Amino acid sequence: MSELTDLTLAEARDGLRAKKVSARELAVAYNDAVEAIKPLNAFITTTPERALEMADVSDARLAKGEARSLEGIPVAIKDLFCTKGVLTTAASHILDGFTPPYESTVTEKLWAAGAVMLGKTNMDEFAMGSSTTTSYYGPSENPWRRPGDNRPLVAGGSSGGSAVAVAAHAALAGTGTDTGGSIRQPASFCGIVGLKPTYGRCSRWGVVAFASSLDHPGPMTRTVRDAAIMLGAMAGHDPRDSTSAPVPMPDYEAALTGDIRGLRIGIPKEYRVDGMAGEIESLWQSGIAWLRDAGAEPVEISLPMTKYALPAYYVIAPAEASSNLARYDGVKFGLRVEGDSLGDMYEKTRAAGFGAEVRRRVLIGTYVLSAGYYDAYYLKAQRVRTLIARDFAEAFERCDCILTPTAPSAAFAIGEKADDPVAMYLNDVFTVPADLAGLPAVSVPAGLSDGLPLGLQIIGRAFDEEMVLRVGQVLESAAQFTHLPSFVAG
Amino acid sequence: MALDKATVARIATLARIRVGDDELEPLAAELSGILDWVEQLMAVDTENVPPMTSVAEMTLPMRDDVVTDGNDRDAVVGNAPRSTRGFFAVPKVVE
Repeated sequence: MSELTDLTLAEARDGLRAKKVSARELAVAYNDAVEAIKPLNAFITTTPERALEMADVSDARLAKGEARSLEGIPVAIKDLFCTKGVLTTAASHILDGFTPPYESTVTEKLWAAGAVMLGKTNMDEFAMGSSTTTSYYGPSENPWRRPGDNRPLVAGGSSGGSAVAVAAHAALAGTGTDTGGSIRQPASFCGIVGLKPTYGRCSRWGVVAFASSLDHPGPMTRTVRDAAIMLGAMAGHDPRDSTSAPVPMPDYEAALTGDIRGLRIGIPKEYRVDGMAGEIESLWQSGIAWLRDAGAEPVEISLPMTKYALPAYYVIAPAEASSNLARYDGVKFGLRVEGDSLGDMYEKTRAAGFGAEVRRRVLIGTYVLSAGYYDAYYLKAQRVRTLIARDFAEAFERCDCILTPTAPSAAFAIGEKADDPVAMYLNDVFTVPADLAGLPAVSVPAGLSDGLPLGLQIIGRAFDEEMVLRVGQVLESAAQFTHLPSFVAG
Repeated sequence: MALDKATVARIATLARIRVGDDELEPLAAELSGILDWVEQLMAVDTENVPPMTSVAEMTLPMRDDVVTDGNDRDAVVGNAPRSTRGFFAVPKVVE
């Protein structure tokens, strides 16, 4: 049975339709796998009984030949997506006991496509972090270890639990959200595929808000094909999210033609940063060579605003967060610490309920939005954001997509970088620009550094996920990344 | 931009987060470190550059101004730490 957890999503889908395996068998195998990886702390809540119930419904549909696109596929949901009747915490103490009376659009679409829920995955508190160590429920642990070194490594973040579950073969796919790199960076650290779609492609409705103009839900999978299948189920216009784009939905799997002949691949010179590991530079060069061998044409491009993306992000994201997180006041849901007055209750509840990183960002956000500083910080950052988007628009006149490393390093030890917020923020140096510009980007596992996975990133034009996936799959085939982490369920 | 303790205390009040006196000093140092790093934005020439208001170039959709949802009182207050007779309950605010 254990080999069931080694299948890709596409293989499992085909196996289910060919009746080689039942949805219940798959659900049982994955429930066991979720249990087996418990030491990695990938899940906050597990839902094994619900998985079996959903699998039985899938088996009935499969028997009638009425399979939907994800019929019987076990998936892990980041605990930022509201799930009706199932505890949703955003990994924060302040959402203690919150059981949503509604379902997020993305998860509703997944269930309507026949997917089976394994549980809710761990993350940085309110998605604020790059390591899944700021969770109220403790850090997730990366299933990879450095050879000859037993120190536990971070999963990356914020969608670290989903990345771990997928990498350790305890879910066929996971959902994540990417605000500054929270899908792609953990995907790179855990050796899986992570796709951040275009802003507006996947609905934010029912996703606990961090920074509304930057939050992108998307899939995390073991292969690019699996990401295409997941995106097909998750994406689409949603009238309940006013920023959801009313644009046509292509067939993403059909976009994986393997043919990238004649495409111009932009190589941004500004992505060579000081102190970047030599292995990352050489992996990037390999990526360029692989795409050239497949018939594409690398062209050097310039994105001069790149170095300002992170500081702009650390004004805009905290500003939006300070406003979004105003709703946690001890009145409507979650934690309440009683006080002498309403104000006293608010202050005590928020002091007890928010962790250190969330408090830091809410305070920064409050400061940059406060009277006298709004123009100097917030408006300035939004002007720089306009320039970052222009950089990409100009680059895309010369190229069809852009190839970069995903992260400036491989996974680091749990506890490292914990006392220096800015060092932690630098993890997102290559991922933040695509968030600020709302562009689709995928991270594909491409090689090892000191025994740990590294990803390469493809960034595309708005709403051209097809191109990003097509080029990503060519990269995946060339890289032949078949390494497995030291901890795999089954 | 170095923040002093008084400024941190003022921001914390605006953000409605209780911060202990002993935490003000380390927090001031931490936040100042982040703001110093953000200061590099001031080097960018943004003369005549409009601030971004929407990353996706689309106009917000309009819909008819009609009731499409509601009558879910119990669900709305269902997660409240304290509610009474279908209302959220808070400490007394009017003497």
